[in-house]
Amino acid sequence: MNAIFTLPEASTQAVRVDGILAVLVIVSALTLALVFGLIVTFAIRYRRGSDAKRGPLPEIVNREFEVGWTAATFFLFAFLFWWAASADVGALTAPARALEVHVLAKQWMWKTQHANGAREIDELHVPIGRPVRLVMTSQDVIHSFFVPAFRIKQDVVPGRNTETWFQATKLGVFPLFCAEYCGTNHSAMRGRITVMREDEYARWLSAQPEGDDLAHVGAKLFVSEGCSGCHAASSGVHAPKLEGLYGRTVQLSDGRQVRADDAYIRDSMLQPKRDIVAGFEPIMPSFAGLLDDGEIQSLTAYIRSLGQEQGHD
Amino acid sequence: MTDAALADELPFPPRADYLRAGSTLLSWLATTDHKRIAILYALTITVFFFMGGAAITAVRVELFVPNGWFLSSDTYNRLFSFHGIIMVWFFLVPSIPNTFGNFLLPLMIGAPDVAFPRLNLFSWYLTLVGGIFAVYTLVAGGVDTGWTFYTPFSTMFSNTHVLTAAAAVFVVGFASIATGVNFIATTHMLRAPGMTWFRLPMFVWSIYATSIVMVLATPVLAISLMLVIAERWLGLPIFDPARGGDPILFQHLFWFYSHPAVYIMVLPAMGVVSEIIPCFARRRLFGYDFMVYAIVAIAGIGFFVWGHHMFVSGQSPYASLIFSFLSFVIAVPSAIKVFNWTASLYRGQISFNSPMLYALGFVGLFTTGGLSGLFLASIPIDVHVTDTYFVVAHFHYIMVGGSVSAFFGALHFWWPKITGKMYPESWAQFAAITMYFGFNMTFLPQFVAGYLGMPRRYHTYPAEFQVYNVMSSAGAAVLAAAYLLPLMYLTWSLFHGLRASGNPWGATGLEWTTTSPPPPHNFDIQPLVDRPPYQYHAEGQSAGTDSPEVQNARSLR
Repeated sequence: MNAIFTLPEASTQAVRVDGILAVLVIVSALTLALVFGLIVTFAIRYRRGSDAKRGPLPEIVNREFEVGWTAATFFLFAFLFWWAASADVGALTAPARALEVHVLAKQWMWKTQHANGAREIDELHVPIGRPVRLVMTSQDVIHSFFVPAFRIKQDVVPGRNTETWFQATKLGVFPLFCAEYCGTNHSAMRGRITVMREDEYARWLSAQPEGDDLAHVGAKLFVSEGCSGCHAASSGVHAPKLEGLYGRTVQLSDGRQVRADDAYIRDSMLQPKRDIVAGFEPIMPSFAGLLDDGEIQSLTAYIRSLGQEQGHD
Repeated sequence: MTDAALADELPFPPRADYLRAGSTLLSWLATTDHKRIAILYALTITVFFFMGGAAITAVRVELFVPNGWFLSSDTYNRLFSFHGIIMVWFFLVPSIPNTFGNFLLPLMIGAPDVAFPRLNLFSWYLTLVGGIFAVYTLVAGGVDTGWTFYTPFSTMFSNTHVLTAAAAVFVVGFASIATGVNFIATTHMLRAPGMTWFRLPMFVWSIYATSIVMVLATPVLAISLMLVIAERWLGLPIFDPARGGDPILFQHLFWFYSHPAVYIMVLPAMGVVSEIIPCFARRRLFGYDFMVYAIVAIAGIGFFVWGHHMFVSGQSPYASLIFSFLSFVIAVPSAIKVFNWTASLYRGQISFNSPMLYALGFVGLFTTGGLSGLFLASIPIDVHVTDTYFVVAHFHYIMVGGSVSAFFGALHFWWPKITGKMYPESWAQFAAITMYFGFNMTFLPQFVAGYLGMPRRYHTYPAEFQVYNVMSSAGAAVLAAAYLLPLMYLTWSLFHGLRASGNPWGATGLEWTTTSPPPPHNFDIQPLVDRPPYQYHAEGQSAGTDSPEVQNARSLR
């Protein structure tokens, strides 16, 4: 879809990045013109044996001159930093109400899953104008989710979730690349992002084969994997209740406090001895090796759905 | 009247120079003369340079077409990995320090040898052992991790010879450390009477700063590789997330070495250029003390910017902000150096011998590479262009455009001193200009391809990037030819070159006060120093119109 000489600006972030790029290109071009201009001028004017003026150096070429351009350079760079950093900070967190898409990377394919359970491979359909939050993890090595047209890139790391987000502003199909070297077919680990109108997206989504949404899959796993044996409200085992847990601050037995986010819930399943909730015994077994990354995402979605229902009550 | 000419006229027979002080193979392989060890290193890294070059030539030929035409993806991955490992650890890191640093450091400070001559020889043998591991890795089938050895790919997923490749780098790292220790001790202990710190030539300062970085950073590389070996070979859980490990930890360790390693590669190049420009402009180096502070600042701050390689790795966004700021800060001393080199040309008497062409080329290419570094220090831009050809272009501008240009500049500048022979100047100028244009043809298009989104380490690529790859590959052919030229005419000059005098360029610096080539212990009389370097003209004046003899009389004693 790309033309040879230009890259579409297809997201809100793309416009910001290209703005910074333009200023840096101008600053660099001016600096290069200055340095090359001076070198060429001096090289011609002061070539050996030319009759240009030599003699004593003018007063201006002194220490203060040196301090001056050092300070000027520093302030220019500090300004560039501040400007680029503020654009970065502005784009750190996805807006609330963003569409959530789960991405699972493996050698050498991208699996994406929409909130309603629709799955795609090496493809992602998204509506235009809606922020889309990507929650990503890898099943094997480190990959990197790179959509040049959106100017986004985020490494996808095994053993943890990483996130990025975008808001598409142009309809069309845009290439998706794996940008972190991941072995033999790294260069074949490509996909396509299709940006559709909101109504087309809704139609597309409903036409996808029926798949349970993540929370429903998680609810089934919650029973089949035995979680409910301890964590269900009816259980006799003394285990933390999960209703309303998501997003809450949890008091741990060693005095620390943590926020119950995706990473915490994941760690609690895989390394339950690490963060013991205050008032409970460390009796939970680790589920490392028993749950794959997709199942952990589903269980996390289920626990989150418990929290939301609590909130509505 | 030079020393060499004097020696010829004296009534007793000429004493043997270091090249003729022994002619058996053993006299070379067991030598402790820093100059002979420099030659051993030069031969070794030349072999590695052309091995790494051959690997990337195959890669560039393959990339002429979007879907490849003669390599499998596995072979392609092994070729670029081999290129990176060889070029970084077996060429760039030892290039200027271990050849010219070894040869020149004692000469420049007026010492008979380095502080630990046997350690010096030992470090060459370590390089050789590391090299044997690297060549074994290649012969056995190669390694496909890239030069970065990222986990968990390197520890759990690659089916190639990661262990021997890591061992190669591990061993050659200790050669770096040994050399660094040696140079630090030499600079502290063996300076000639009167050679105070602020009378040291910039090349000595740059080698000194580089040595400190080598000694402090390289052990961390050894640790990272040791951990990779421990997990891959012994199965210890270190980076494997399924067993509580953290794959990102490896990146922190690796870049804690590998970012300072960039300065190991470029600081000596800055030192070389600071010697060449004053000599061929017949000017004092502008702002000598600022140049010293800049080198020290770069070496110091260089330890605190490693996180800018990891903006998209998932590290804390607040950490990223700090690393971004420090990356802008470290650009300041680099910019100062560029301004000072440029200002050193002002009111000079500039001649364009090939060392000067390489030095001016260095300033241009380093400036371009440095400015592209500002893009990468800006987080939003870096997020878009990291792991693309933009980054490839950026670091090749610094390491190849910068360091390799300076290496060739140094090779031509000190060739008469090292070999006692003059090289053919027109050929050398032709090669320097060809190299400059070949380099830009190769790497300038990669900035654009990268910004348009072409990821690095891609064997196949979308068709819209082909035009840039064809340009790059065509430029690489020019560049390869330019690298082969010096091999030919320099070798020719060994046998047919005119005899070099002690100081053919009329340069200041103690190394030019002895004969070419120098005697085994460098100086017949202990040199004394009573002035700062680069006294090409009187204080406050500009380039002298004095004849070289008058200038020499002022700068030498």
